[in-house]
Amino acid sequence: MTSKGNDLRTPFARANGLGSAKSGTAHFWRQRMSAVALIPLAIWFVVSALTMVGANLAEVLVFFDSPVNAILMFLFLFAALYHMTLGLQVVIEDYIHQEGIKLLVLMLNRFFAIAVGFATAFALLKIAL
Amino acid sequence: MADGPIGGGAGTQARPLGRPRPRPLSPHISIYRWPITMAASILHRLTGVALAGGTLFLAWWLIAAASGPDAYDMFLGVASHPVGWIILFGFVWSLSFHLLNGIRHLAWDLGYGFKVPTARLTAALVFGLSLAIAVAVFAYGFFGVGGGL
Repeated sequence: MTSKGNDLRTPFARANGLGSAKSGTAHFWRQRMSAVALIPLAIWFVVSALTMVGANLAEVLVFFDSPVNAILMFLFLFAALYHMTLGLQVVIEDYIHQEGIKLLVLMLNRFFAIAVGFATAFALLKIAL
Repeated sequence: MADGPIGGGAGTQARPLGRPRPRPLSPHISIYRWPITMAASILHRLTGVALAGGTLFLAWWLIAAASGPDAYDMFLGVASHPVGWIILFGFVWSLSFHLLNGIRHLAWDLGYGFKVPTARLTAALVFGLSLAIAVAVFAYGFFGVGGGL
């Protein structure tokens, strides 16, 4: 990679560093960043959910009255859905080989993440405000 | 033997003209015994896909809470039903497994834990700890605050 004598790439391609898939390490890096963010956020979520086992509606509303809880829930949802859509994308690319169907399912994957994201964000805002 | 996956040695078998010599094939998943590292790898992907389905349950919880008491009661009805327990246990175990095995993956990304005995040990730890966490969370849910579900 570093020995210029064997490198068949142009200087521009080398500087771009995008490789044969033309997207470089962007997908990989975003997957790891969201993974790291999810370590504390997922632990917070499980512990918080445990305090609300069997809780009635009033108790859930009180929990999200706290801006800290509402904000952490937003962050958890955003990181989780982002991580989810990146991961599902790889699964789809691995197992679906027919181009047309793959394109369609990749679109549905993004639609799913965006739909769940907006739905939960709206519900959370309605509860918290 | 000529039609077996390994094929005969070169030139040792009579073979009809125009028919290509069978090439050696790589064994597929069904051939291998299951090393614990392979099981962990496959389960990482499976739990990830399961958690994607779990976001629907999470979304239902929040939307029901935003919709009012009737919608929330309907959610609680399913969540406290045995079918709901199975979904919730699967969700909690998937989350703990994916989280712990994800930390294992991040360690690999940093270059640690590649030795075979280490990889086996950490895989076993992930299986044991994730089950322990899921059972503990459930035990707490049942017998903990407010009489549980």
